[in-house]
Amino acid sequence: MFEKITIFLSRRRNWVIPYALFLFLFVVVPLFLIAWYGFADAEGHFTLENFQRFMQHPEALNTFIYSVGIAIITTLACILLGYPAAWILSQKRFNTSRTLVVLFILPMWINILIRTLATVALFDFMHLPLGEGALIFGMIYNFLPFMIYPIYNTLLKMDQNLIEAAQDLGANPFQVFTKTILPLSMPGVTSGIMMVFMPTISTFAIAELLTMNNIKLFGTTIQENINNGLWNYGAALSLIMLLLIGITGLVNGDGSKTSNDGGGLI
Amino acid sequence: MQLKGNMQGADYIITVDRISKYFGEKAVLMDVNLNIRKGEFVTILGPSGCGKTTLLRLIAGFQTPTEGVIRIAGKDITQTPPHKRPVNTVFQKYALFPHLNVYNNIAFGLKLKKMPGAMMEKKVKQALKTVGMTDYEYRDVDSLSGGQQQRVAIARAIVNEPEVLLLDEPLAALDLKMRKDMQMELKEMHRSLGITFVYVTHDQEEALTLSDRIVVMSEGRIQQIGTPPDIYNEPVNSFVADFIGESNILNGIMIKDKQVMFAGHEFECVDEGFGEMTPVDVVIRPEDLYIFDSSDAAQLTGTVTSCIFKGVHYEMMVDTPNGYEFLVQDYHSFGVGKTVGLLVKPFDIHVMKKERLTNTFDGKMIDETHVEFLGYTFECPAIPDSQAGEEVTVMVDFHDIILQDNTEDGMISGEVKFILYKGDHYHLTVYTDWEEDLFVDTSDVWDDGDTVGITIPADKIRVVKKSS
Repeated sequence: MFEKITIFLSRRRNWVIPYALFLFLFVVVPLFLIAWYGFADAEGHFTLENFQRFMQHPEALNTFIYSVGIAIITTLACILLGYPAAWILSQKRFNTSRTLVVLFILPMWINILIRTLATVALFDFMHLPLGEGALIFGMIYNFLPFMIYPIYNTLLKMDQNLIEAAQDLGANPFQVFTKTILPLSMPGVTSGIMMVFMPTISTFAIAELLTMNNIKLFGTTIQENINNGLWNYGAALSLIMLLLIGITGLVNGDGSKTSNDGGGLI
Repeated sequence: MQLKGNMQGADYIITVDRISKYFGEKAVLMDVNLNIRKGEFVTILGPSGCGKTTLLRLIAGFQTPTEGVIRIAGKDITQTPPHKRPVNTVFQKYALFPHLNVYNNIAFGLKLKKMPGAMMEKKVKQALKTVGMTDYEYRDVDSLSGGQQQRVAIARAIVNEPEVLLLDEPLAALDLKMRKDMQMELKEMHRSLGITFVYVTHDQEEALTLSDRIVVMSEGRIQQIGTPPDIYNEPVNSFVADFIGESNILNGIMIKDKQVMFAGHEFECVDEGFGEMTPVDVVIRPEDLYIFDSSDAAQLTGTVTSCIFKGVHYEMMVDTPNGYEFLVQDYHSFGVGKTVGLLVKPFDIHVMKKERLTNTFDGKMIDETHVEFLGYTFECPAIPDSQAGEEVTVMVDFHDIILQDNTEDGMISGEVKFILYKGDHYHLTVYTDWEEDLFVDTSDVWDDGDTVGITIPADKIRVVKKSS
């Protein structure tokens, strides 16, 4: 008996079993349930009614479009702010230690709710109105480190020889940037987009807290429906969001390659 | 002639004038002068860390010298950024742009010059043809082998028609067979393109094969500049003799003109002008030693201790009864244990002035029996009438210094940096922690990079007052 267990444990592929079980129970089954609920009515019969309701219901559709808009704005702002920051951090002449990098990454170690509540307190203290502006500020503030870090990683790992090769072939500093550094750091930017765009679509806590529930994002809509017992409609909305996230992944190109080169967060 | 270039600037495409480069406190290049003629194939040769790559990077513009001037085609370009210099570089690790295919890699420089499309295509195709890579235009650079990547890297550089092509150990990453093929192709390319090649390598054979002239460097200084036969046949010092090819280097004494003594025997030679009874270094190439069954014709006799077949010739070690060891190459083999005779012809004995005869340091008296040098206070024979703090010259002979395995056993410590076999002993250069070189003669075997303890017995220290 003991021998059998030893043999069983010594096969490396058997070690996969606990993880496979976990994935099945907590990822595959829930996804399947979402799909099941999404295509079913309250009695459990197959129907497309939930999706028709979304298309005909201007409020949900508008929230959806608005959420995507906010996510795009947040992502773009994160790229514009994050790229220069990552570049400065990666340059030895500006940043000789890793302390500065840690300071930039530090907010990621703090829970998103605590950070957002702190942002609310900050806005109160400075007598700034909560609302759309505060929402976008909060989004950028929360997700900026997720953009900086992957870009910083790709820039740090970049082969200095390539930059010298570009200079050698006649590229001035601006051309070196546009023709080598920028294209070579795209995997980092792509990783950053995945890590910022996807969560901003589905987040609801930031919107609730920073707009005092005045602005609804798509995440909020889903949460409200499910809270109110409308499981089937909520599931259908979740499926639509998943579809969008899937499309972003595809648009970002061959995801498997980028996530490797981009050197994610862990 | 080649050391004073300013006046003849027109003849030279590159003039390196009194260049020094420091990284912090550390000097990487010291007072380097080099002139390169248009169309020449010049190789900068030296062991790793000798400053050869730094010199190339200064010419390319990736670094700026601490002192001195670099001119290309008569124009001072010392402070010119790399993108404005009329040179292109082939990097050791190729440095091809991974986000571009072969065509776009090669066209990179031409696109920056805004060359019209049709002309650019023609040039790229021509460059690909030159490096033997026709039809590879649309391949991904990652899908190419090392040799192919290096060819693309060369094409990317030559397509810009630079005045000078700089090559930084371009073949170092290739296997032996491929390296040999590429050497021939590079030589052919140099001939057909007619541009100046400056080639950096640590491989002496490569340097001898390719170059019109070789620049031998060591420790940030140029040791010798000359054609491959000059460098091989007439090395200026024991470093060059040891680095280029195989050689027997021995301590000798120049008795008088055309008469030199080494390995316990007197030999006739062709060198003169060293003075009488002058210590010298003697170099004999292993292929210049004749080896035969012991007979009256022999100048030296000895016993074969090893015999290895090297493809074309045999390489044998011969020990003489008085303790000298000679490396001999011959087409005939003589078995281990056999007694043989050795002979060397007068013009095959190369005599070189000794760079140094003893270790000399600047020191300071602490009291009558203590002197400070190399950052340590040594006990020394009593120096009467000396004042504490007096500046003195300290001398220690090479063979009086004791090296120890354990750094704690030594008075000071250092690192073995260069080893020269002198036939019956080793001549070591030890870089002390005080950042000064110490030269040691020893029979013990040490390795390059060994950390050693250094002890100098009190009675072996000679203190000379500076005033006297």
